Amino acid sequence: MNLVSIENLSVRYGANTVLRHVDLTVEPGEIVTIVGPNGSGKTSLLRAIIGATEPAEGQIKIKPGIRIGYAPQRLHFDSTLPITVERFMRLAERVRRQDCATALDAAGVPNLSQRQMSQLSVGQFQRVLLARALINRPEILLLDEATQGLDQPGSAAFYRQIETVRAETGCAVLMISHELHVVMSASDRVVCLNGHVCCEGTPAVVASAPEYRALFGTGTGGALALYRHDHDHDHEAAE
Amino acid sequence: MLDDFMVRATLAGIGVAFAAAPLGCFVVWRRMAYFSDATAHAAMLGVALSLAMQISIVVGSVMVALAMAVTVNLLTWRGYAMDTVLGVLAHSALAFGLVAVSFLSGIRIDLMAYLFGDILAVSRVDLLVIWGGAALVVALIASRWSALLTSTLNEELAYASGLDPRREQLILTLSMAVTVAVAIKVVGVLLIAAMLIIPAAAARNLARTPEAMAMIAAAIGGVSVVAGLRAAYVFDAPAGPSIVCVAALLFAALGLVSWRNQRGT
Ligand SMILES: Nc1ncnc2c1ncn2[C@@H]1O[C@H](COP(=O)(O)OP(=O)(O)O)[C@@H](O)[C@H]1O
Ligand SMILES: [Mg+2]
Repeated sequence: MNLVSIENLSVRYGANTVLRHVDLTVEPGEIVTIVGPNGSGKTSLLRAIIGATEPAEGQIKIKPGIRIGYAPQRLHFDSTLPITVERFMRLAERVRRQDCATALDAAGVPNLSQRQMSQLSVGQFQRVLLARALINRPEILLLDEATQGLDQPGSAAFYRQIETVRAETGCAVLMISHELHVVMSASDRVVCLNGHVCCEGTPAVVASAPEYRALFGTGTGGALALYRHDHDHDHEAAE
Repeated sequence: MLDDFMVRATLAGIGVAFAAAPLGCFVVWRRMAYFSDATAHAAMLGVALSLAMQISIVVGSVMVALAMAVTVNLLTWRGYAMDTVLGVLAHSALAFGLVAVSFLSGIRIDLMAYLFGDILAVSRVDLLVIWGGAALVVALIASRWSALLTSTLNEELAYASGLDPRREQLILTLSMAVTVAVAIKVVGVLLIAAMLIIPAAAARNLARTPEAMAMIAAAIGGVSVVAGLRAAYVFDAPAGPSIVCVAALLFAALGLVSWRNQRGT
């Protein structure tokens, strides 16, 4: 059974239609990446899935009782709110201190638990967000530009970790990213969004689709080359 | 023991301080300071209406403050900016309240008592109402603490955890209405926002977690009540404002200490 299945979804803010007739499914254990220019409705799509935005049309079916791990695009910690990393991680009900330490370890940021959230570096912050999204053993991870602000090696490491998590826990991943070449090597399926679904398929198929090229222009060839390069490289390294 | 008006005043003040502490933290975190002002202004209209209709002042002001809270929530869900809604509602409520009071020619009322509070005149029944209201608010906030905190941090995190942040906002604003209504007697309409915000803001300097901040705020509020009442007695000053003065001094002192510590490290 699909974890998420979206049929004919439209989302409007007032008179402004930002998503039109979107169909999308996510199966268990799948890594699906959404790419698209700024303002193309990527965040709105994730918000509709978690119920933060009412669909104007269409329907969203979510597996009943599903555990969702969510890392929002923007998470601002107001300076008036003191909160340690550990407290933030344990906000969800019934999270044990032990699990919190394990999750931080796995996210590559051990020893941070007593630090204030507002004092973390960008990279540490994103990793804590991921650790928090993973802590309740989610069946699906929703990541909204989780690597923003990370450098190239940082985001490459981040996506490797997503793959590891998927391999270990079998959770599905639906993520939004701008880093086409890195993301592509980690995804099973890519959905190119621009108010509607322009094209969809395996990374290689999407990267060579004319709709995708029209949106991302000259960078496309490079992205595909990089995708192949990364792919070959991983393959060689494994041997 | 309850025969002594100072004992009753102290207990009343501590009751308000306890309810105001966790609520005040949310007011500070969510930048809702203006909201507490607005609810307090609405309570003034409540006072006027209760006097006109000869019902209990607490009941009247709770009703109007609740109506205000619900209206604000409805309007913000419909997309109005929060500060605009509050600006319109708060000042209209205050204006209608003051006009209504002026029509109450038959009844001689002491407006000052409602504007600045009359903590030394707290009766046993008042005490019961204050502690009942405070216990209700503290229980409500404690039982939904994690949900309120998650919604305060990020709306999307809340939805993803299966919460409805709009419901949590409603809970906060309803708690605020109750707190404001029971605090009128203690510090008056004009200074209620101070009892909410100052202890929480002062506690921020010492706290490392949200829970610690709420507890430290309660302690600071309690100390302000005891010391403020004592100071009012010694200097023959008005009680409500003296309590707020002590809280403000504590805020300044703690701010100074943490500023020096930060520069030291
Ligand atoms: N809460 C909102 N109210 C009104 N318009 C919004 C809101 N959120 C997003 N939008 C608009 O919807 C469009 C899509 O936004 P978004 O889903 O955030 O795009 P993306 O994440 O792809 O950059 C943008 O034009 C944005 O201005
Ligand atoms: Mg976005």
